[in-house]
Amino acid sequence: MAKSLPFVRYDNVQKSYDGESLVVKNLNLDIEKGEFVTMLGPSGSGKTTCLMMLAGFETATHGDILLDGKPINNIPPHRRGIGMVFQNYALFPHMTVNENLAFPLKVRKMDKAETEAKVKRALEMVQMEAFGDRKPAQLSGGQQQRIALARALVFEPELVLMDEPLGALDKQLREHMQYEIKHIHESLGVTVVYVTHDQSEALTMSNRIAVFNDGVVQQLADPVTLYERPDNAFVAQFIGENNTLVGKVTSTKAGKVDVDLGKHGHVEAVKVVEVAKGGQTTLSIRPERVAFEAKAPKGKMSLPAKVLEMIYLGDHIRCRMSVAGNDEFIAKIPNSNKTITLAPGKDGFVSWNIDDCRALDYS
Amino acid sequence: MTFKKSMTMASAAVLSLAVASAASAESLTVVSWGGAYTKSQVEAYHKPWTKKTGASVVSEDYNGGIAEIKAQVEAGNVTWDVVDVELSDAVRACDEGLAEEIDPAILPAAPDGTPAMSDFIEGSVTDCAIPSIVWSTIYAYDSSVMSNGPKTISDFFDTANFPGKRGMRKSPKANLEMALAADGVAPGDIYEVLSTDAGVDRAFAKLDTIKDDVIWWEAGAQPPQLLADGEVVMTTAYNGRIFNAVASEDKPFEIVWDAQVYDLDLFIIPKGSKNKQLALDFIAFSTDTQRLADQASYISYGPARKSSAPLVGSFHSKPSLAMGPQMPTAPDNFKTAIQNDFEWWADNQDEMNERFNAWLAN
Amino acid sequence: MSDTRILAADGTPLKKKLAQSMFRTKLRAFGLVCPLLALIISAFVLPILFMLSAAVYDDSYSSLMPESTTAMQEWDGESPITEAMAAAMVSDLIRARENKDIGKVANRVNREYSGATSLFKSTSRSAKKFEPPYLEALLAKDKDWNDKELWQGIKIASNTYTLGYIANAIDMRAKATGGFEPQDELRQIHITLFIRTIEISFIVTVACLLLGYPVAYLMANLPLRTSNLLLILVLMPFWTSLLVRTTAWIAMLQGQGVMNDLFVAFGVANDEDRFSLIYNKTGTLIAMTHIMLPFMIMPLYSVMKTISPAYVRAAKSMGATNWTAFWKVYFPQSVPGIGAGSLLVFILAIGYYITPALVGGQDGQMISNIIDFHMRKSLNWNLAAALGFVLLVFVLFFFWIYDRVVGIDNMKLG
Repeated sequence: MAKSLPFVRYDNVQKSYDGESLVVKNLNLDIEKGEFVTMLGPSGSGKTTCLMMLAGFETATHGDILLDGKPINNIPPHRRGIGMVFQNYALFPHMTVNENLAFPLKVRKMDKAETEAKVKRALEMVQMEAFGDRKPAQLSGGQQQRIALARALVFEPELVLMDEPLGALDKQLREHMQYEIKHIHESLGVTVVYVTHDQSEALTMSNRIAVFNDGVVQQLADPVTLYERPDNAFVAQFIGENNTLVGKVTSTKAGKVDVDLGKHGHVEAVKVVEVAKGGQTTLSIRPERVAFEAKAPKGKMSLPAKVLEMIYLGDHIRCRMSVAGNDEFIAKIPNSNKTITLAPGKDGFVSWNIDDCRALDYS
Repeated sequence: MTFKKSMTMASAAVLSLAVASAASAESLTVVSWGGAYTKSQVEAYHKPWTKKTGASVVSEDYNGGIAEIKAQVEAGNVTWDVVDVELSDAVRACDEGLAEEIDPAILPAAPDGTPAMSDFIEGSVTDCAIPSIVWSTIYAYDSSVMSNGPKTISDFFDTANFPGKRGMRKSPKANLEMALAADGVAPGDIYEVLSTDAGVDRAFAKLDTIKDDVIWWEAGAQPPQLLADGEVVMTTAYNGRIFNAVASEDKPFEIVWDAQVYDLDLFIIPKGSKNKQLALDFIAFSTDTQRLADQASYISYGPARKSSAPLVGSFHSKPSLAMGPQMPTAPDNFKTAIQNDFEWWADNQDEMNERFNAWLAN
Repeated sequence: MSDTRILAADGTPLKKKLAQSMFRTKLRAFGLVCPLLALIISAFVLPILFMLSAAVYDDSYSSLMPESTTAMQEWDGESPITEAMAAAMVSDLIRARENKDIGKVANRVNREYSGATSLFKSTSRSAKKFEPPYLEALLAKDKDWNDKELWQGIKIASNTYTLGYIANAIDMRAKATGGFEPQDELRQIHITLFIRTIEISFIVTVACLLLGYPVAYLMANLPLRTSNLLLILVLMPFWTSLLVRTTAWIAMLQGQGVMNDLFVAFGVANDEDRFSLIYNKTGTLIAMTHIMLPFMIMPLYSVMKTISPAYVRAAKSMGATNWTAFWKVYFPQSVPGIGAGSLLVFILAIGYYITPALVGGQDGQMISNIIDFHMRKSLNWNLAAALGFVLLVFVLFFFWIYDRVVGIDNMKLG
């Protein structure tokens, strides 16, 4: 029975702080053992609340959270056996690194030798063996981050929660730590639930990503699906860069829709959301899938465009242009000889494959 | 504490510098004990004197003692012109050079021509001080609580027949005298007995018998309050305070005059007062026969001039209440009275205070 | 470092150059603190030094009775009184009488020998008529002049620099022959009061900590609006005059007061047998704890406010129970607040005097009440200064203990 259930299950979970509005609306989410799942969303979207409910620091107003098949609503946090890494690390300032790491083992009444061995192993894992006797204040942000990670893992929990653990680090260190966390996850095989508002972080590390907005999971999918095939306009907009055009659906046929852009013409797009004929839809096209040419090419969707601005970025050129009334239409043009002909004010056509344009909900 | 004190002193010196320059020449600062007593002085002395001379009087309150006078004189900045003090403090201030000498010749004779020196109570006019009133430490009880009340000083120390808390002033003064009187020493022999070590031991031993039943007070306004709150069944007090609670607030308090310890209040002029001439005029005016008699209609303290007694009328707001019988000096009240011996206290207060404090704390 | 001096571009040593460029900044900084510094020195440091010097310096006898002082210093305190001592005394008495200083002299000697006040005053009145031999003249005037203890008292009073007052402050007294002996048992009070002062201060500190810690914790962890309301409630006593507060306690705690009425109403006490909650040590403890509470809560609150709730959460996530998480993780981080609050309350309490004076009765008096007594009533400022000095030593001692146990760097006032 238990086997058939996922490792973590949110079952119709609702959360309200004030009794007037829901911060989390009807959350259903399954997480398998060994997965790295990221809850991604803007601030206030309910992702941290979901994490805290799992950790036991918030109680669900309605619904059940199951861990290993057992409801945990009434289990206090210290008996859930979940490791946690906090936003600002929460390393105990009055203890040394060793004492910090030994803390979870001591409260489990582990004997001294075993405690020391485990602390040593955990420090090795994050390459911080030499820092055991220091106080947290004597460590850099990155080092504190590693210790916090080691501390969450030292008592070998099966589930580790991370609440924006890299938020306080600079960009370079953050990227480095992303790989490290990913590697540790892979080598230990623990289940990780990770909360962040940084989409590139989510894409780098996760097996699956749950995109939160307004207390609702907008889409739960692996990074590729999420990027390539967003379910709705919010996901498309939130993950990666995105161009949007708004139009009316004129006809639908086998997985495709025809969209009228008014005086700018009409395009064909992949049907993602069911929109009635005459209803409005948001078209989503990734900038790197857009080409700019002097003439409209055959076999591709194309619209007339006017170049407004160009930013040289080395490997590609970021080109802002006006397309179908949208002055913020971006195209990433690979840096090749062809691009030399581009210049602000130049007229031409943007084009893309039909499959790269997705007709989403209008919001 | 020390720091706070010295800081206060330092800042007081600075402040008084600032204030002194603002005081006008035709204004006299008269310092007294506050409450009903100061009010009686304002009515009987200040107002008529202002009417007569045109100079104004600034009335200030203090809590007795000569510490503030000492501070002002030693800082060389005297802002008080006339101070109402107890006899022992008057003598001490004079001895320590803190008070101006006053020539008794400025005092007017009695209406019948008796010279001032023989009109005032004997020995009460001293080198630096002119007496105004006789006041007394008595004890009082609430007659609505104790219908069959205490009558003698022994009853005050009798907790078996008169159970309940007693209020006493936190000072050896008057308490030692009353203790000996309650122990059977005749009023005239009190200080003779106190002058021996055995006598002091005897007084403290008597106080010991009620020590656990005593609530100690310090300011004169406290005892009537303690009585009114029911905190004590009887308390020593200044007779004027009890009288005022009875006369003005209709409190059911009764005074027991047995073994009352009476003392004088006198006017002194702090050494270096900037308005000495005005102050002398004020004192001469205020201590004349009529003024002292007038004051007695506001508070039940006896005039220090014999010639004032016949002129004492009735309570200012209650014509039916004759003031004569309320005075400490009224014959019925005065039979077993003990006169506070300021010389004995001058000699022994250091030792008695220390011993009293130690006795209290242990 | 000093061997290889770095030079600035113009060749002057870099250190010197730096000092030059910093001089203006330093001058301005000094200018800014100057008025406060002047105020502190004139209104705080100097008065304290003056008061402390009064603890060991007393020229009230030596300056007014110079001849007698010289004679007394030559006397060993034991051998019989000589004619020379008597002659010097008579000469000084005559001068003191003329200068109207006799009261000061008499009061000074009276502190050492009861009865000296009247003896000196009466003797000085007739001293002018004395004829040699003066010793006999003095004895003829008053037989007390034959008392060796009187002369020993005079010898002690004639010391300009004396440890006598400090000795008095710890219940000792100077001997005329040098050295010290315990004070007369019936007059011993200061040691008892010092011990009681420390005991009361300690109990008040602990009570404030026990009562204040949960309140501060609540304030630090409640939403801002609620905690601000609590803060106002905590600070409310600060906005009320100390006397009003203390009087309110009298109304609450006295025999016929609110608390006792409640006790009687709930049958905790009999109407005839009400609790003595005031005019004793209990009253002092209750009222002082109330008055000191904000001084404990504020430092605690300001420290607790900086302790992120994430620490306790982290501890719990690692398996710590509520108690372990509090005791091992939260509590150690609040120690700087406890240290600051306790030291503040303890040191304030040790010097408190208004509240014990009003509600302390006889066994709730503290050493400051005696200092106050000597400042305002007995006018023995020298003894008051000596007591203040001993109190200061106690405070510094406790400061030192605190530094050793907790560490002064570990203190956080806000």
